[in-house]
Amino acid sequence: MPRARHLASVPANERVTSLDERAWQRRRSPSGQTSELPTQVPRELKLRLYRAMLLSRRLDERLMALQRQGRIGFHVGHRGEEAAILGAAAALRPQDWLVPCYREFGALLYRGAPLSAYLDQMFGNDADPAHGHQMPDHFHSKAHRCLSVSAPIGTQLPHAVGIAYAARLKGKDDVALVFFGDGATSSNDFHAALNFAGVWRAPVVFACRNNGYAISLPASKQTASDGFACKAVAYGIRGEQVDGNDALAVYRATRDALEAAAAGEGPTLLELVTYRLDAHSSSDDPRFYRSDEEVAAAMAQEPIARMQRALFETGELDERADEALRNAVEAEITEALRVAEERPKPALDTLRKDVYAHTPWHLRGTT
Amino acid sequence: MMEMNMVQAINAGLHQEMAADPDVVVLGEDVGRVGGVFRVTQGLHEAFGEERVIDTPLNESGILGTAIGMALYGLKPIPEIQFADFIYPGFDQLVSEAAKYRYRSGGEYTVPMVVRTPFGGGIKGGLYHSQSPEALFIHTAGLKVVCPSNPYDAKGLLRASINDPDPVLFFEPKRVYRAVKMEVPTAPYEVPLSQAAVVRPGTDVTVVAWGAMLYEALAAAEQVAGDDQIEAEVIDPRTLWPLDLETILESVRKTGRLVIVHEAPRACGFGAELVSLVCEHAFVHLQAPPRRVTGFDTPFPYALEDDYLPLARRIVPALRETVGF
Repeated sequence: MPRARHLASVPANERVTSLDERAWQRRRSPSGQTSELPTQVPRELKLRLYRAMLLSRRLDERLMALQRQGRIGFHVGHRGEEAAILGAAAALRPQDWLVPCYREFGALLYRGAPLSAYLDQMFGNDADPAHGHQMPDHFHSKAHRCLSVSAPIGTQLPHAVGIAYAARLKGKDDVALVFFGDGATSSNDFHAALNFAGVWRAPVVFACRNNGYAISLPASKQTASDGFACKAVAYGIRGEQVDGNDALAVYRATRDALEAAAAGEGPTLLELVTYRLDAHSSSDDPRFYRSDEEVAAAMAQEPIARMQRALFETGELDERADEALRNAVEAEITEALRVAEERPKPALDTLRKDVYAHTPWHLRGTT
Repeated sequence: MMEMNMVQAINAGLHQEMAADPDVVVLGEDVGRVGGVFRVTQGLHEAFGEERVIDTPLNESGILGTAIGMALYGLKPIPEIQFADFIYPGFDQLVSEAAKYRYRSGGEYTVPMVVRTPFGGGIKGGLYHSQSPEALFIHTAGLKVVCPSNPYDAKGLLRASINDPDPVLFFEPKRVYRAVKMEVPTAPYEVPLSQAAVVRPGTDVTVVAWGAMLYEALAAAEQVAGDDQIEAEVIDPRTLWPLDLETILESVRKTGRLVIVHEAPRACGFGAELVSLVCEHAFVHLQAPPRRVTGFDTPFPYALEDDYLPLARRIVPALRETVGF
């Protein structure tokens, strides 16, 4: 069952309770049955969303394998979090802004960014939009209104508020959707951003992917409050907890929050409760801090199988079409990887490009 | 032309730029109705409204982070940090975000903002209202660092900074804010970035100083000119980074000597970089070791600030010793 509530409408004495392990388990273990509102979302959108989730899943698996073979330097994926990320991305309108954390490459691809450009960035080749300046998975695309990934945690949150403020000042109804993990809620910039957004009534949607862990630390080491959505209350904005493994529930919640923001009703904090099936990144080993049993239990609730079941139940997809879809995704990835890996490294002079608009004297020359 | 102090000149510049371009916005703590603690933004709130002159919550990282977002969208934000000493809570936003955005996005995204902040000592502000952190930002690739020393330069450099496509840190010497008055054009004009000014011509020793210390350097130069017949050439870099090195080198090639004056602590201060650059590019012209007259490697002291600051009385011996080497 999707768990969603507007905390601002909850009586004050019920808003914040202690972090209860049973409640936490309930959130992490939704029913795993059908998705919410299956008849209210067009089939075309559902299939596009499902395909994007499949593509992201296979990309994660293929890229992690490439990293283990030493063919790319790093990967931080979103295996298990496809519903949280792509469900939200599917709600974005073209004029809205995507402000990523680092796991949201699927959202960028969903917006129409070429797979080749993402993989060029992963390989840091001469076609990389970032000119080889950033490590893998630190992507951006101005054409798709996607800001650039930063490694310090939470720094992108105030940027989203600034984007939203600027849009309103310019008379536009653009909304900024900013992603971050549960760990980022401990950062100074999380509190600054929610506070500024609340005071300014900025059209911004905060999407917290509560995937259970910040590297090795469980969510209970990040907060003593009852999840993360309740933190919205302190900033005078809406907060909603959503079953982050249900792509259509995430889509609906994000769509509602975007519409509210665009209508001048201010920001929303969404807590998308999900689970990180893989390590934090290719540099992490989760066997140090969680059990195989826990991961197996989470795997039983993973979002792609749930979406598949829902589509099978409604008859919007059958096994044959599903297999064709998976084969097409595989072929697309294989070809794009081949092309990206064969490209050469960036030219040496890109080292000094883009520090400033014009290259000053001290960046010219060889020493 | 109108006689103005630096506060009035910057205020006039902000008025003009906001009137000319609706994308220019000002934000910070107390910048609205009060007009800032030094009244530099006075009158902007009434003229341009609270949506463009934004009184923010008290959080420097929030001020700078939201300003970055505004700049990414296409505005030209001018955040004010009330004292340079308070910039550290926003340090990460400046060095990890504003400075890196162009580089990390392959030039697709830019952050054209101007961070205004009063800096330096001499107003009995103690260790949290007197610091000179310019070297931290010069060390950060991607940032430009500007430091006017007089009202004319302040207004012209401000316009050039606003029109610059990169993030600029605009350090305003608060000791000079109301202490210096001069004729300033009422019409808009630019003082180009990265162009130093030879403030006092001389032949015997080159002195490089910026902000409020420029006046100490000039006072010292006048004293040694009268007492010792030493003619010091005093240079104000105006933009500290990217630096107009050539003007400094040209002077050192002529004088053969270099003295640098700055308020900030000595270790890894900008003076160290200037000495290195001059040694690398004009070593054979030097007739004496370059000298630095600076603050001490301590926090800024309240009761002894006149001893901490490199005032003229500490510069004069350095000039004599350098010329007499």
